[in-house]
Amino acid sequence: MTAAAPLISLQSVSRTYRTEGVAVAAVRNVSFDIAQGEIVAVMGPSGSGKSTLMNMIGLLDLPSEGAVYLQGANVADLTEDRRSSLRARSIGFVFQSYNLLARHDAIENVALPLVYCGIARKERLARAEASLRAVGMLHRAHHFPRQLSGGEQQRVAIARALIASPLIVLADEPTGALDSRTGAEILSLFAALNRTGQTVVMITHDPGIATQCRRTIHLHDGELVSDERVAELLPSRSTVS
Amino acid sequence: MTMLQGFQIALHALRLNPLRSFLTMLGIVIGVASIVTVFAIGSGAQLRLQEQIRSIGANVLMITPGAVYQGGVRLKDGSKLTMTESDVQAILEQIPEIQAAAGSIAGTAQVIHEGKNWNTTINGTTTGHFMVRDWQLAAGRYFSATEEAGAGKVVILGSTVARELFAPGDDPIGAQIRIMKVPLEVVGVLDRKGPAQDDVAFVPLTTAKLRFLGSASNINRDSVAYIIAKVAADGQMAGARAEIENLLRQRHRIPAGQEDDFKVQDPAAAMEAQQGAIRTVALLLVAIASVSLLVGGISIMNVMIVSVTERTREIGIRRALGGRMRDIRLQFLCEALVLCLLGGAIGVAGGITLSMTVARMAGWVTSIDGQAIGLSLVFSIATGLVFGFYPAHKASKLSPIEALKTE
Repeated sequence: MTAAAPLISLQSVSRTYRTEGVAVAAVRNVSFDIAQGEIVAVMGPSGSGKSTLMNMIGLLDLPSEGAVYLQGANVADLTEDRRSSLRARSIGFVFQSYNLLARHDAIENVALPLVYCGIARKERLARAEASLRAVGMLHRAHHFPRQLSGGEQQRVAIARALIASPLIVLADEPTGALDSRTGAEILSLFAALNRTGQTVVMITHDPGIATQCRRTIHLHDGELVSDERVAELLPSRSTVS
Repeated sequence: MTMLQGFQIALHALRLNPLRSFLTMLGIVIGVASIVTVFAIGSGAQLRLQEQIRSIGANVLMITPGAVYQGGVRLKDGSKLTMTESDVQAILEQIPEIQAAAGSIAGTAQVIHEGKNWNTTINGTTTGHFMVRDWQLAAGRYFSATEEAGAGKVVILGSTVARELFAPGDDPIGAQIRIMKVPLEVVGVLDRKGPAQDDVAFVPLTTAKLRFLGSASNINRDSVAYIIAKVAADGQMAGARAEIENLLRQRHRIPAGQEDDFKVQDPAAAMEAQQGAIRTVALLLVAIASVSLLVGGISIMNVMIVSVTERTREIGIRRALGGRMRDIRLQFLCEALVLCLLGGAIGVAGGITLSMTVARMAGWVTSIDGQAIGLSLVFSIATGLVFGFYPAHKASKLSPIEALKTE
C-alpha cells in the first residue's frame, strides 16, 4: 500500500495567512503528486505561492485546508518533533541565499543535518567529506563561507542537502543569486543528481530552468494553472544513468 | 542532539566572541569570587576564635582588674592591679567548685640563646596555670615547689619560642637561656596549642616579680595581673562565678552599692558570642555577594536575548535542517550554562587567590571552604539555568519560516 503511494501527494491544499485581520490566500486548492525519481520545476511570478508551497512540502509549514502526504502519511498528523526529524533525514533544502552558517567551515556546514540525526562526530565528518567530494568541493572543506564564491557556496549547500540521503531535495531559486554561467553549472549538478535517482523539486521564476526539468508546474495567484510533462527531453543522457 | 553536542556547539559559539563571552560572565566571576572570599575570611576568623576558645581550656573563668576609685577619681579598668596572690589562695580554698587557679603577671622581653634571640611574652605564674588550661608538656617538667617559692631561675617554653631559639636537632631541656641578662634553665617545653598561644615563655611568678617585672606590679608586691580558675563542671560556671564575686568583694572590702574593682569573665562564652557575630556578618556579606551573582545572571540573560536576536537566521537554518525545538533550546541553554560554569570556575580561582592574598597582606587567617566552593558552583549552574531558560525558550519558539526570512 505504502509502496504504491507517491513520494509526495498534495490534495486540495490551501494556505491562508492572517495579517492584521485580513486573510490572504497564498496557496489555493492545489493538488498534485510527485513520484520517486522525478525532477520538477515549480514556476510562477513572485507572490504566486511558490515558497509557501515549498515550505509545506518541506514540512516547515502546514496547510490551512487539504493535506500533504509524505510517503502516504499525512504530515499534519505528525508531531512537530517528528516533522523536524523528518526534515533532518528525508528533506534536503537548498536556498537562494545558500544559508550556510557563517561561523562554521564548509565541512561543518555540510555535516550539520547529521547532528540532528544523532550521528557521532567522526562519522558526520566522514560523510560530509564524501558529500563534498560528490559536488566537487572537497578542496574547499576547511574554507569558511565568506572565503567561497557564490557558486562554491551553493555547491556546499547542495552537499549539505544531500548528506542524509534525503527522499527529496527542495531547491528554492537555487540559481537566483548566481551569474548565468555558474547558474548553469548548478543546474547541471541538479540534473546529474536526478539521473542517479534523486528526486528534486526546484522553485524558480526563470523559464530557462524549466527546460532542464521533465515536469513543470505553473502557479499563478496561488492556484495551479498547468502541470506539464516532457516525455523525454534528453534521451541521449537518460540512457547514461 | 545530546547534551555533549549542545556543549560543543556552545563552546564553539562562545569562542568566536571571546571578549563578549568574558564580559558576559564577569558578573558571575565577581559574584562567585566574592562569595568564596567572604566565606574564606569568615571561616578563617571562626577557626581562629575556635582555636582561642580551645586554648583557654574548658570551663575557665578569668578575673581581671576592674575600675578603681582613687580619691573620687574613677580610673579605667586595669589601671591598678587589684588582685593578689592571697586572692588566688582564697578562691582555691574557699570555693569548692574551683579545681585549679593561678595568678599571672606578664610583660614582653627578648629571650636569648647563644646566637639566636626572639621577642616574646614572659608570663610569670604557677604550675596551676597549666592545670587550668589543660596544657600538657611536650618535654621536661613543670615548676617545682622550691622553684615557685624561691624565685628559681627556670623557664618553660612555648613551642614557638623553642623553635625560634633552638635548632631542630637540639634538646632545649637543660639548656641555658637569658632573659634581661638573667640566665635561666629550660625545664620544660609545652605542647602546641595554637599559633597565638605558643609564642610565650613561662617563669615562676616569684621569679618574674623579683627579677623581671617587679617594678610593673606597683604598690603591692603580692599583686597579680589576672587570675584564671578552672571550674569542675560545665553546669557550675554561673554558681562559681557568683561565689568568686562575693568572695572578692568581701576580701577587697567593697561596700554595698559600689562597683567591683575586678571583673569575672567567661572567655569561652564571650568568644562564642563573638563567633555568632562573625557568622552573622559573614552571612550578610555573602548575601551582598549573591546580589552580584543575581546581576551577573541578568547580564547573561540580556546578552543571550541579544544573541538569539542576532542569530535568528542561524536558528531558522538549524530548524530547517532538522533541529527540533528542544535542540535549539538545549543549544542556547548550554551556552548560558557554559558561561556560568566557566565564570564560576574563574570566580572560584579568583576567590582563592584573593583570600590567599588577603591572608598574606593583612595577616588574617583564611580557610578555603570546599562547601563554599561547591555552593557557589551550584549557584552558578542555577543562575545559568534560570537566566538562560527564557532566551533559550524564546529561540526555540521562533517560527523557522520567519527566522529564515530575517537578514
